Parts: sequence; C-alpha cells; structure tokens
Amino acid sequence: MGEPYRMETQNLSVYYGRTPGVRGVSLPIHDRRVTALIGPSGCGKTTFLRSLNRMHDLTPGVRVEGRVLLDGEDVYAPGVDPVVVRRRVGMVFQRPTPFPTMSIFENVVAGLRLVGVRDRHRLAEAAERALRMAALWDEVKDRLHAPAVGLSGGQQQRLSIARALAVEPEVLLMDEPTSALDPISTQAIEDLLEDLKKTVTIVIVTHNMQQAARVSDYTAFFLNGEMVEFGPTERLFTNPEDPRTEAYITGRFG
Amino acid sequence: MPEWIYRRLGDRLFATLVAVLGLGVVGAALLITVVLYQGSAEAFRTFGFFGFLTSSVWDAVRGVFGAWPPLLGTLITASLALLLAFFPALAAAIFVVEMAPRWLREPVAYLVDLLAALPSVVYGLWGIFVLVPLVRAHLELPLFTWAAARAPLLVPLLGPPTGIGLLSATLVLALMIVPYASSLARDALALVPQSQREAMFALGATRWEVVRRVVIPYARAGIFSGVVLALARALGETMAVTMLIGNAVNLPYTVFGPAATMASLIANEFTEADTDLHLSALVAVGFVLLLLSLLTNLAATWVLHRLSRKEVRR
Ligand SMILES: Nc1ncnc2c1ncn2[C@@H]1O[C@H](COP(=O)(O)OP(=O)(O)O)[C@@H](O)[C@H]1O
Ligand SMILES: [Mg+2]
Repeated sequence: MGEPYRMETQNLSVYYGRTPGVRGVSLPIHDRRVTALIGPSGCGKTTFLRSLNRMHDLTPGVRVEGRVLLDGEDVYAPGVDPVVVRRRVGMVFQRPTPFPTMSIFENVVAGLRLVGVRDRHRLAEAAERALRMAALWDEVKDRLHAPAVGLSGGQQQRLSIARALAVEPEVLLMDEPTSALDPISTQAIEDLLEDLKKTVTIVIVTHNMQQAARVSDYTAFFLNGEMVEFGPTERLFTNPEDPRTEAYITGRFG
Repeated sequence: MPEWIYRRLGDRLFATLVAVLGLGVVGAALLITVVLYQGSAEAFRTFGFFGFLTSSVWDAVRGVFGAWPPLLGTLITASLALLLAFFPALAAAIFVVEMAPRWLREPVAYLVDLLAALPSVVYGLWGIFVLVPLVRAHLELPLFTWAAARAPLLVPLLGPPTGIGLLSATLVLALMIVPYASSLARDALALVPQSQREAMFALGATRWEVVRRVVIPYARAGIFSGVVLALARALGETMAVTMLIGNAVNLPYTVFGPAATMASLIANEFTEADTDLHLSALVAVGFVLLLLSLLTNLAATWVLHRLSRKEVRR
C-alpha cells in the first residue's frame, strides 16, 4: 500500500427505509488531510458523513451496507462499540449546538467528563488548548464560566468545534460548518482548518465550491447519492474527468 | 346571530365576554379567600393566628383547636409522596421519550396518564382492600416484629402495624401524583431538540449519559413544573387520604399509625362539628391550606423564573 488511509469506505450504501440516500460509495480519507465533499443539495453528503461515525445508529429505520474502515478495521463490524467509534471520530454539525445549561467551559470539557476526567488542572488545560485550536480562546478567556448561549452564532460554532476537539479525535467530520455563519466567522473557521490538519484528519461537507477549493486537499463530488469523482482538489477543479463534475464546478447546474 | 349584529358588535361582544369570564374566575378566587377568612375569624380571634398555627392540641370536647398536627400531617404526606413519586415519574417519562420502541410509547404514556383519570375514591377503595392488607402483612408486621426483637427503641417511632395510617396514605398519594409529574416531564423531554442529543452522542456519550447530561438539564424547567403540579395535588388530596390515614389528630405521629392532614381533617369532621368555634377552626384549617398552596406556587414561580432565565430562547 502507498500512503496510508486514515479512513476508507468500501461500497457504502445507506438506505432510509427502502430509499437509498447514498449508493455504493468507495472513498479514501487521507491521514491529516482535509477531504471535502461537494455536490448539490440532497445528493447525500450529510448521509454519507453520518455513516462515518455511526450516527445513523440513532435513527430508526436507517440501514448501512458496505464497510467503513478506520485504521483498517470496519467500524460496523460486530462487537464494535459505536460509542468508542464516536470518540475517535468527532463531529461538528451544520448549526451550532451549545448545551444551554452549561457554561462555555463546561461545554468544552463535556466530552472529557464523559471519559471520567475529574482533575481540574487537566480540564482547564484541555479547555484552553481546544479553545485555542478553535481560535476562540482570546474572545472567551475572561468569561469561561458564562453561559454558552450568550455567544454569537460564529462563536457558538467555534465552541462546538472546540468541544469536538477537546476529546482529541483522530478524525473530525464537519457538516457545512459555516453555512449558518457570517463571512468573518466563516473566514475564522476556514483559517483554523489549516492548523488543525497538522494533527487531525478532516472531512468537511460544503455546498460552497470556493470553500472546498480553498481549504481541502482532496475533493469528492457527489450527485444523486453516488460519488461521481474523487481526486486531489486542485486536479478535480482544474481538470475534472467526469463531464458531470465539470458541469457542476463550472456552475452549469446545482 | 344576524349578520348585521355580528358585524357591528362582533369584536366588542367577544372582548366583553372574555373579560367577564376571565374576571369572573379571578373574582371567584378572591371571594373564596374572603369567605374562608371570614369563616376563620372566630378561631383566629380565640387562639391568635400564630397560636392557631403552632398549637398542637386539637380537642373538640374541650373546645381547643390548634392546626399544627394536620399542617404537619399535610407536609409529611405530601413531601414524602413527592419523594416517592418523583423518580418513578421521571423514569416513566424517560422510558417513553428516550428508550421505548416507537410502538410502545403511546400505550405506556396513555396508561400513565390514565392514573390521573381514576377518581380519588377509587384509589381510596383500592388502598383499603388491596394496599392496606399488603402493607400490613409484608411491610409493617415484619418491620415491627424485627424492631420489637432487635431495636425496641424504634417501636414507638413505628407505631401500631395496622396498615391504616400515615404510611399507607403516603403510598397511595404517591401513586396518585405520579401521572402529574410524569406527563409534564414527558412533554418537556419531548421538546428537547434532537440536535442536542446528537451533539452529545457525537462526543462519545452513551444513551444514559445523553439523558443525564443533556436531556434532563435542558428539560429541567418542565420537569420542575410537573413536580410543582404533583405537589399541589398532594397537598390538597382529600378523599383517598381520608379513607386511609386513620384520622387521628394527636401528636406525635408514628410511621405506621393514624394521623391527619388538613384536607382529611376537614372532610372528616365537617359534618359533625357542632359548635361555632369547631366549625370556625375547620374553616381556618382550610384557610391555612389555601395559604400553603399559595406559598408553594409563589416559590415555584420564583424557582422557574430563575431556571429559565439562563436558558436559550430559540
Ligand atoms: N431522515 C431521513 N429520512 C428519509 N430520507 C432522508 C433523511 N435524511 C435525508 N434523506 C434523503 O436522503 C437524500 C440525501 O440527503 P442528505 O444526505 O441530507 O443530502 P445533502 O446533505 O447532500 O444535502 C435526500 O434525498 C434526502 O431527502
Ligand atoms: Mg446536508
């Protein structure tokens, strides 16, 4: 094998009841690189992303077929605990989801409390590190114990990112993390991806092609539940192999 | 109604109707308070307001009346019943909203709610014929004989193991208030956005951790409202308690032995009160009960206000 993949899906299909949301996707996810998933709305990007950390387990009636390998092991294999998978593969959602009864600090360390970290110094250190990684530290360091819902939308989203990073996931899944944000917050989040990928493998869904081109190393183009094309971002945007990819990136549909 | 009348008067008629009905409710509440207070006047004059509240002698023969024993009885039964009911009620709500397979949710929720629809007197009868014998045979007698043999100091605290008394009344009361606490908790849990749960699951939480750390805190105001409703219900519950508590107004109360609550005392003695003072004392107990309910509700409003102040508004 050449460059090792952090994750990889093999012939992955996801069904909502009888209707397929994603069909037969085989996608490599390179270690400590940013992989972008692009495609028109409803093409299965969210569906695909949620299969990577077994979020579909939580919704009755959703069936996943095929394999999702994390360091070569199928996360859907019998005996694999989805809780452990989700600790290793973190997720940031489209809308910020601060826990409203918790302070900023408690939000960030929520995942660490789950694994039983009690030591105050360790928690404080981890919170600072995660908040710095999410480029939020300077804005909140003086009010760590204020309610998280007092933050602006952009800050809340970076808080959600800090919260996901605090547990030190190996892979971070981001589902259109900037779609609900203003341009400045979007910029802040795009900037931090560059630093993050030194330590974390990132898969980001975006329906904004410019964003994909700016932040990602690899891009996968989805259409109608199938993966049309995958490749290094630069190659895919400058020299697409599939006419549908070309049509999409030149803005002829979608 | 002819078209022209409707057109000319429609809105005004409606507004007036609503105002009259609304004010009527408020007026009725005020009237009840005034009448209760007037009815209590003689008792309060004779014993003093605080004297009446704190005196622990209730003796119709000597014409001495103090509200402390039934007040204590109400506080004990209601708070113990609430303690007993809270976790089962919350558990039932959690089961329905978070755990049960879809097909089981409606039936379980319906059955729990049904508990609130049973008339109080049915609980009383069920208590007398089913619960009391069970409590006596399997709880009180074994405990009593154990205490008599091993811990004689406990015997006076436990009281006579007859099955009729504080313990049985509290148990039935607890069962009666479960649906109130549970149904409001259920609504509150159901209102927690799925995104909150998913955010916690995505951090590697188990279902139980999600419920404990995210869902319950998010729903805490609604859960608390249910607790308040259940408490209000327990404070005023009359029929079933009267049938089961044994109606003895003498302190000290014992765990198994007979006791009285404010509501049960009034229900029990109202028809046989033959002096004006006795009657007035009973009305005064009613007035105290009203005050207690009012205070409880005010405190609850205050707590709710504090709970919801920090929360999201989205
Ligand atoms: N919970 C669901 N139940 C049924 N169908 C769904 C559900 N979620 C998504 N779908 C369907 O699956 C397809 C892919 O959706 P999604 O993955 O959300 O697309 P994208 O994220 O690319 O916009 C769509 O046709 C959508 O209608
Ligand atoms: Mg989507």
